[in-house]
Amino acid sequence: MAKIIVVTSGKGGVGKTTSSAAIGTGLALAGHKTVIVDFDIGLRNLDLIMGCERRVVYDFVNVINGEANLKQTLIKDKRTDNLFILPASQTRDKDALTRDGVEKVLNELAKDFDFIICDSPAGIESGAMMALYFADEAVVVTNPEVSSVRDSDRILGMLSSKSRRAEQGLEGIKEHLLLTRYNPERVEKGEMLSVEDVKEILAIELVGVIPESQAVLNASNSGQPVILDKESDAGQAYLDTIKRLLGEQVPFRFLNVEKKGFMKRIFGG
Amino acid sequence: MSLLDYFRSTKKNTASTAKERLQIIVAHERKRRNGPDYLPQLERDILEVIRKYVDIPADQIAVSLEQRGDQISVLELNVTFPDDKR
Repeated sequence: MAKIIVVTSGKGGVGKTTSSAAIGTGLALAGHKTVIVDFDIGLRNLDLIMGCERRVVYDFVNVINGEANLKQTLIKDKRTDNLFILPASQTRDKDALTRDGVEKVLNELAKDFDFIICDSPAGIESGAMMALYFADEAVVVTNPEVSSVRDSDRILGMLSSKSRRAEQGLEGIKEHLLLTRYNPERVEKGEMLSVEDVKEILAIELVGVIPESQAVLNASNSGQPVILDKESDAGQAYLDTIKRLLGEQVPFRFLNVEKKGFMKRIFGG
Repeated sequence: MSLLDYFRSTKKNTASTAKERLQIIVAHERKRRNGPDYLPQLERDILEVIRKYVDIPADQIAVSLEQRGDQISVLELNVTFPDDKR
């Protein structure tokens, strides 16, 4: 039985697509057959982050409308085995995703895959609601910043009231907090909310802390999920996150200001 | 406010301000989320009635509905009057 994980946030620009790409790739690297589904209809971007933008032929809406089948539409990742991408459509029709259509596609994917990662659009419109409706678990991507934390709390409200699990009275969606763009220097100076602050306010279990990192922009520039950059802090933080998602206990890293050693100061790092 | 307080308050770190503000707004919005749909309108109506008599800003009134057990819901109304209007 496939596990459906929605990557959501409410607020835009906090790192949903970056995280979806990293989590999907990480799960595939761990040997699980994984598909990442882009729910951001009209503003497709997962393809660009995954570096497969020139290989898109059909899209999610084509499959729903029966204009193409899944086999024609899924893009197989060239770098990572077990990994596929279902691109969003560029149509401007916001109602192109119907609940029945999405359910049909997810059911079909569930036969083949271990994990289905739903990359949610920002906001609380129908696209975002559709992305979270069928989820078993949710990764709530949050920046240590007031508007992002508030929007995350709103999304947590939606997860517990507007999902399939809530409507059918099943066990609730398992919620994970993923804190991104974390800057320990600024936290130390009292300029940024700390991990503990955000945990206390949102009161959900922490699955990962991704430090603010140059590696993220470099990764998106080159269309390569940052988790593949294993030397980078962000890449390693995502690898830790995957282990926790899979139930392993891993200590949190990159939470404190790193004192630069002599060698590092000379050679960089 | 003394001169010393003035310097102190500008030095207060912004992260703790952010945390306090978030705790208040998030608690407020959670309450509303779990409350009935008519609560915001009820709050506005009550505010209008009070405003006929006393000029108070909108944020000085808080209405909440609390469920106590299965049988009783308590509607709590909290109005802060400005100092000079008492």
